Amino acid sequence: MSLLRLDAVARTYPGERRLFAKAASVRAVDGVSLTVEAGSTLGIVGESGCGKSTLGRLMLGLEPPSEGQVEFDGAAMPAPGTDAWRKLRARMQLVFQDPLGALDRRLTVARQIAEPLVIHGIGDAAARRARVAQLLTDVGLGEDLAARHPHALSGGQRQRAVLARALATDPALLVCDEPVSALDVSIQAQVVNMLVDLQQARGIAMVFISHDLKVVRQVSDSVAVMYLGRIVEQGAADWVLAAPLHPYTRALVSAVPTPGRIARERIVLTGDPPNPAARPSGCAFHPRCPVAVPVCAQQTPPLRAMADGRSVACHLAHPNLDRAA
Amino acid sequence: MKWNIPVAVSAAMLWLALVLAVAILADVLRPFGITALDLRARLTPPVGFGGGWAHALGTDELGRDVLSRLLVSIQMSLRIAFGATVIAAVFGTFMGFIAAHFRGWAEQIVLMLVDFQASMPFLILALSVLAFFGNSLLLFTCLLGLYGWERYARIARGLAIAANAQGYAAAIRQLGAQPMRIYLGHVLPNIASTLIVSATLSFPEVVLLESGLSFLGLGVQPPMTSLGNMVGYGREYLTRAPWILLTPSVVIVLTTLAVSLLGDWLRDRLDPTLR
Repeated sequence: MSLLRLDAVARTYPGERRLFAKAASVRAVDGVSLTVEAGSTLGIVGESGCGKSTLGRLMLGLEPPSEGQVEFDGAAMPAPGTDAWRKLRARMQLVFQDPLGALDRRLTVARQIAEPLVIHGIGDAAARRARVAQLLTDVGLGEDLAARHPHALSGGQRQRAVLARALATDPALLVCDEPVSALDVSIQAQVVNMLVDLQQARGIAMVFISHDLKVVRQVSDSVAVMYLGRIVEQGAADWVLAAPLHPYTRALVSAVPTPGRIARERIVLTGDPPNPAARPSGCAFHPRCPVAVPVCAQQTPPLRAMADGRSVACHLAHPNLDRAA
Repeated sequence: MKWNIPVAVSAAMLWLALVLAVAILADVLRPFGITALDLRARLTPPVGFGGGWAHALGTDELGRDVLSRLLVSIQMSLRIAFGATVIAAVFGTFMGFIAAHFRGWAEQIVLMLVDFQASMPFLILALSVLAFFGNSLLLFTCLLGLYGWERYARIARGLAIAANAQGYAAAIRQLGAQPMRIYLGHVLPNIASTLIVSATLSFPEVVLLESGLSFLGLGVQPPMTSLGNMVGYGREYLTRAPWILLTPSVVIVLTTLAVSLLGDWLRDRLDPTLR
């Protein structure tokens, strides 16, 4: 049984209300189905505004889905703010993009890491102290940093502190929303490596949301590529990122600089970045797609499984099927 | 931690400590009763202006000792102003948190009350309430407690919404904390410095408001006395016996100034990132 299962989940936000016009609603996430297995890592990639973060919040039950269902460990996700929901927080945690904003700047690092233990009533004061010391060592923070306030830490140290807090209750699922994009490149590698080590040592399932394909490829078992709220390609990380089938994934992959190799052919996307309030007809990607054919503007391609186990939502990836249709 | 206290702030602290001590010990310190008449010594000037040490700050038109009345007035005014400020801060912050937590119609109602309070000239509201319900010290304090609550509500609501949207409060919430823990344990300490500064700005206003209402004869009623009450009744003798009016006026000015100075300085001290 999968640890986390999303079934045709959608999240709609009311749009800007205009005079004499109906408010256009924005479908930030539109009919996403996926599963996360215990102990595995799912990478979610896509450009800014494609609904990655909203999907992460839906996975954690921080927001209720407008349509569809989220299941964690075989049971439906309780509504946010209920006691059952609060209790479930001990089993799933979020790692934030901005660690300084996620920490209470008036409290010391040690007290913040102990906070989830206090909230969920785990251990007595002495046990908590020992646990905090252990967590600090696990994430590579020295004991001397325990008494510091967040603003007296470096960016990498803050993110380690946030991670230690997230790991305090031994969660089964960790959603990392752009966990390293605010850090220096040199620190990024350290934090990512530590994240992978901790995940493997503890058997945590991880959802890694990022726009950095290199990092995603390094940490993920499988990858889902999102465009305008929908998954356009999904499958094993090595396959999807090494031999992409969807034109959008191809464009993303071709934009990753590779050291030592002289420029491959780069696919540069033309046209405007997509506006989720005014979704193009048919395949949402067709206005920017270099290989679009007329059918793309009329029919929305469903996400269909390929022979090698991955799924792609593109008419051209399934030529036989669509010609018949 | 080093406490580099500027001279002006130390002076303000010293003055407030003195005022506070007077407020607590007024009944012990005062040499005479506030209603003790000494008709043979009416309008005696203070020491240095022709008066003697028997009445160090002179006497008023009924021969009551100004120093004794001043001490008791400080006690009364401070009690009212402190009570009113606390009521306003607690009530306003609570309403702000209610609005930020529930949003929706609860927030609309709070905001409506805030706008109503902000658009209503408070003096007129106070006058009508006192005119209808009569005057008692408790009612008067509670009424002044309504003054300025909307500022705390606005501040608390805005900062709590910001913290809920993307900051530390959202992080604590997704750790599974109860709302009480989020608001009292995290949001309140984080916004306390802003609220305290707001309180130090409104405390002098409450003192002035109390003085104003007492001056108009609607606040503290004789035989009780307050700083504003003393100013009000001393007005008639401004030319012949200015000390009746000037001594409480000086106390009002110095106290409000001291609280303002202290508040400014506290704001910087309470912010851990500025240390």
